[in-house]
Amino acid sequence: MKKNLVLLLLSLTLLFSFSFAQEQASGGTDLNPNAISSETERLGSMLQLSDIPNDGGGGIEINWTLNDSLSNYFITIIRREGNIKKIVASDLLASSGQVRDVNSDENKSNVKDGTEYFYTAVLSEYAVSQEILDYLVCDSLDMEAMTIADANQVYLISDESGPVKSKASWFNLERLTVLISAIIITFLFLLYLQLARKGKELYIRKISGLDAVEEAVGRSTEMGKPIMYILGIGYVTDIPTIAGLTILGRVSKKVAEYETKILVPSYDPVVMTTAQEVVKEAFTEAGRPDLYNKNDIMYITQDQFGYAAGVDGMMLREKPGAVFLQGLFFAESLILAETGHSIGAIQIAGTTETAQLPFFVAACDYTLIGEEMMAASVYLQKDPLMLSSIAAEDVMKVIIIIILLIGLILGILGPGMHIEFFDKLFNLLIEIL
Amino acid sequence: MATTIGIWIAAGLTLFIYSFLYKDNPFYKFAEHLYVGITAGYWLIYTWAYTIQPMLLDPIIKNKEFILIIPAFFGVIMLTRWFPSISWLSRWSIAFTVGIGAGLGVTGSIQGFILPQLKSTILPLTGLNFATFNNLLIIFGVFTTLVYFYFSREHKGLLGHTAKVGMTFIMIAFGASFGYTVMARISLLIGRIYFLMFDWIGMMFGK
Repeated sequence: MKKNLVLLLLSLTLLFSFSFAQEQASGGTDLNPNAISSETERLGSMLQLSDIPNDGGGGIEINWTLNDSLSNYFITIIRREGNIKKIVASDLLASSGQVRDVNSDENKSNVKDGTEYFYTAVLSEYAVSQEILDYLVCDSLDMEAMTIADANQVYLISDESGPVKSKASWFNLERLTVLISAIIITFLFLLYLQLARKGKELYIRKISGLDAVEEAVGRSTEMGKPIMYILGIGYVTDIPTIAGLTILGRVSKKVAEYETKILVPSYDPVVMTTAQEVVKEAFTEAGRPDLYNKNDIMYITQDQFGYAAGVDGMMLREKPGAVFLQGLFFAESLILAETGHSIGAIQIAGTTETAQLPFFVAACDYTLIGEEMMAASVYLQKDPLMLSSIAAEDVMKVIIIIILLIGLILGILGPGMHIEFFDKLFNLLIEIL
Repeated sequence: MATTIGIWIAAGLTLFIYSFLYKDNPFYKFAEHLYVGITAGYWLIYTWAYTIQPMLLDPIIKNKEFILIIPAFFGVIMLTRWFPSISWLSRWSIAFTVGIGAGLGVTGSIQGFILPQLKSTILPLTGLNFATFNNLLIIFGVFTTLVYFYFSREHKGLLGHTAKVGMTFIMIAFGASFGYTVMARISLLIGRIYFLMFDWIGMMFGK
């Protein structure tokens, strides 16, 4: 009985102490700027400030190093411009060692190029309350103070670092490899264009999916059915959509020659307008502008599955003899390809989206894989000048293969056989890329 | 009450859309037209609220950013397509947009695809172990796949054989991707069936 009573008293004491501690923890946040703990250490001028290299300006990089005892602390960074103070970041883990004062979607830093800025760090053991954040940017805060405290904790304040100015860079040296690659590509394109102009014969291998274009258009004409051309859900700035529009031009020309009908349900109004122009020009080129009907190239909706539902319904009602799926496709690819398959249409698909290509391979008669689609317009037209772009691209592929083989050899001799010289070359090659 | 009506509408429209699996029918047509109409209307409002107003009207009126009149002009001339005599003006906007897309695509592809892909393929081969075999397989796969996309020579002889190996690698990758995506789609189907079974039928039986 006595033992139980002691246990009860002990429990009550513990509960009381716990409640008291909680009350203390959730207590008021009365500021006490004069409270200085003797146990705190001087942070000094701990922030290293620099302009962010290779950027367009408007950004400052702030770095710091701390001893291990402070690595679990939180850090808050204050920026001062004249008398105006701003919280740049709060409650970051001090061990992160870096933060950038730049514009982001969540935070408009508004760092101005050429303006002098000063930065101060505040370290705290726990997250900083809004009252303290407000206090840190108020005019009455003495930036010379080493610490401030509230009822919960002591805040360590570093010496102010600065001044630092941001500036825009003329060149982003990190993208030097991109510049060199672009120059090489441009040079190769111009070289092969010149060679083609001088009459050099250029070759393009057989692409089976494209040989079927004529067959598909002819079959639809014989069956008295229209042709449906689906450009996917890309915008006119997407490369696969541009490639799809180029192929549309070639297909439309054949359609006009066969005097049949082409339907182009569109996802984006600008793509629709562009498609109208492309088809109109192709019909005119084929000498049949009278057959062109701009209402055959129509807008459906800009919602992915709304578009899929609309095109599916159209497929079932119009029953096209051939369906072309050329452009940028995502999750709607199989829905469209399956419906086309169910109505017995001959289907020729093409996209650069690797996640959607398997569905096209499974559900369509012919599939243009990635770059085959880009080469398609050249293949259909076989214009010597346009063939030069394919030849230039192929030279780039050879260069890539050579770099790959060099990497393979260095990978064996360097990290594999531990020959220091090759190891350095291997790391240098990776760094350049 | 509003939730109950919402669940009934959602369940009804789900079944209408699924009726397409049997054949085209008036229920599917109704759901399709409703869906297309609502989404077209929604995107009109969305474009106004999230593009035209915050990115064009507000900056011009409130911040006096008159430079935005230039892109606005290009947008407005797209509407000249309604007037055949001046419809050629819309080609300026189209040419500008397509040109921007193609131009950005060049550096975007180099920076976003070619160089990172090349960097990820240059791998160390450190002795006879599984990691080396794996790295070698990646290098060999990329090499043969690149050969498949070589267009300037006929694929016969050694080139043809290498391209065939490349095509095999592509098909294996497609198979893996197909299986992965089908699994994701099945989880979507489970979500719909769960809704019909528990939210809709369950609600009718008061569960």
